Amino acid sequence: MSAFFDIIFSSHFGYSVLRVSTPILFAALGALISDKAGVINIALEGIMLISALTGVIFSAITGSAFFGLFMAVLFGGLVGLSLGYFSLNLKTNVILAAVAINLIAIGGTVFILYLVAGDKGISSSLASKVLPKINIPLLQNIPGIGPIFSGHNVLTYLAFLSVLFIWFFLYKTPLGLRIRAVGENEHAADSVGISVVKTRYIALTISGILAGFGGAYMSMGYVSWFSRDMVAGRGFIALAAEAMGGATPIGCMLTSLLFGFFDALANSLQLLKIPYEFVSMLPYVATVVGLVIYTIRKTEKIRRIQEKAAEGGNA
Amino acid sequence: MTKSQRLFEVYRTGLVILISLLIAMVIILLVSEEPGEAMKLFLIGPLDSLRHIGNVLEMMVPLLFTGLAVSVMFSASQFNLGAEGAFFFGAIGAAFIAVNWNLPPVIHPTVAILWGGLIGSIFCGIPGLLKVKWGSSELVSSLMFNYIAYFFGLYLINYFLRDVNAGAMVSHRFVETSKLIKIIPKTRVHFGILIAAVMVVITAIFLFRTRWGYRIRVIGTNIRFARYSGINTDRAIILSQVIGGFIAGMGGSIELLGMYRRFEWQYLPGYGWTGVIVAILARNNPVYVPVAAFFLAYMRIGADIMSRSTDMPNEFVAIIQGIIIILIAATSFLSKQRHKMVVKEAMS
Repeated sequence: MSAFFDIIFSSHFGYSVLRVSTPILFAALGALISDKAGVINIALEGIMLISALTGVIFSAITGSAFFGLFMAVLFGGLVGLSLGYFSLNLKTNVILAAVAINLIAIGGTVFILYLVAGDKGISSSLASKVLPKINIPLLQNIPGIGPIFSGHNVLTYLAFLSVLFIWFFLYKTPLGLRIRAVGENEHAADSVGISVVKTRYIALTISGILAGFGGAYMSMGYVSWFSRDMVAGRGFIALAAEAMGGATPIGCMLTSLLFGFFDALANSLQLLKIPYEFVSMLPYVATVVGLVIYTIRKTEKIRRIQEKAAEGGNA
Repeated sequence: MTKSQRLFEVYRTGLVILISLLIAMVIILLVSEEPGEAMKLFLIGPLDSLRHIGNVLEMMVPLLFTGLAVSVMFSASQFNLGAEGAFFFGAIGAAFIAVNWNLPPVIHPTVAILWGGLIGSIFCGIPGLLKVKWGSSELVSSLMFNYIAYFFGLYLINYFLRDVNAGAMVSHRFVETSKLIKIIPKTRVHFGILIAAVMVVITAIFLFRTRWGYRIRVIGTNIRFARYSGINTDRAIILSQVIGGFIAGMGGSIELLGMYRRFEWQYLPGYGWTGVIVAILARNNPVYVPVAAFFLAYMRIGADIMSRSTDMPNEFVAIIQGIIIILIAATSFLSKQRHKMVVKEAMS
């Protein structure tokens, strides 16, 4: 047991929590934006996979990690946009369209990988680049805290900064207001002249861009290669994180950290001879439990409000 | 649906399949060094020998089960994507009985399949239960359950069933009595395809000829109307998910006992996702599930044959399947023609 606490309270563990939370946080913010516009985006999983491969290919071609990142994010945005086209123009059920995108991503990335790298499993034959890590001056010298917060990949810092950006965007800008209005009540939004379709297009594109960052991080930060199915459900976990986070940016951050915690725990517990499969299950179990607790509290809250309203009505 | 509307849907589906095959041809032309050979193998490879026809029929079996499972779950408008996990975990359950128990022939696989089905039904039932009880998204929880099934399943196999002498991470051999017999000589087509045929009939009767099936379909069309007309929607929703899970779990068990000698899956086999495509192609109607399953199985086997002797990787089928889903589910695709037809019918 003491070995267990040694692991959790080491600064190495704190560092890895932030490291593994990053892709989930990006995708959770993506889920948040589309949810606010009233669309469930389960294509996050596939978008991350596509972007992860795009980043690897373009960074290998150009030799520039940042160009790879740019293309990954661009592709993420484009896939988000096409999800918008399928669901808003072709009127495909958005969940089915996203299932289709995920299928295309799973098979398509392997297909492209085979054409580009001559391998169906891993991109190791491509000389892809990795995004730089940043050491924060002063902070890195503080013992205990420094090793946790300093020396992360540039995208890790961007992910946590994005929480602020997204909060500002959603609550302090006109476009953010429009997105929330469309999600809250599309007919009301429509009646005051907001284009529902256009707003949803924008929201899905931003959602894709955020997932694109998450995907790029997977193959150019988290590890330095692309491998098949490397996203491994993180896009789906992000959906759960967003729902559990009460559909707020800060909530998303906290729940992403929670999943990051379990993910990091899973990695560390392998050292303690606890079966690998059992430990790998943890983040997913935590997600279901968290989601259920969240929805139970939500239904009780609604019931209390209704009871209060009923009392008020009688008085 | 009137008869002409149904005909229209057939026409629309045919057109989608044609478009997707055209796209497949274009991809082959762009990528392959030997496009003629690749196309030939992809399109008629599955028919060129009894063995290949057998491959298509073998491939149909798991798709029939997951297609039926998803059809039942989607009929209640529940986006439960747990068929994948139910299929996998059902197979794990069956593996335990196939390895550890000693039963007479016929009875042994029957028990294993029912046990697998039961596990599958619990598995898809839980997201349904969480949905009706607290409104937790069945979509998210079923996706999580797929991963739980995967890791927990591998854990069970590795720590309780693993044959350490086998080299790879596989279970002990199944007891001979547990296996499903082969029914077509020179192929691996097994008794499971007959069970699948029976399940198609049972599922169709359940959905279209019983009270519970009717309730489930009403919920799928309009849940408020269902509630208003006094249907216990919670119960019907859970029932639909439990039945869907049972069929998926059966499918996993049957695939395992018919095609394998040990449990050897290292990854989720993906049949649950293909089941979603089958269900969409079949419009959640069990009667059309065999047609859809045949088509998808044919395409997959075609791609496999192609990838074995040309430079085309078989993963490109996934791209085609994705396009099929999008176009079939696109309600606005050909909606003008449909509208014209409905108007014309009303005027005549």
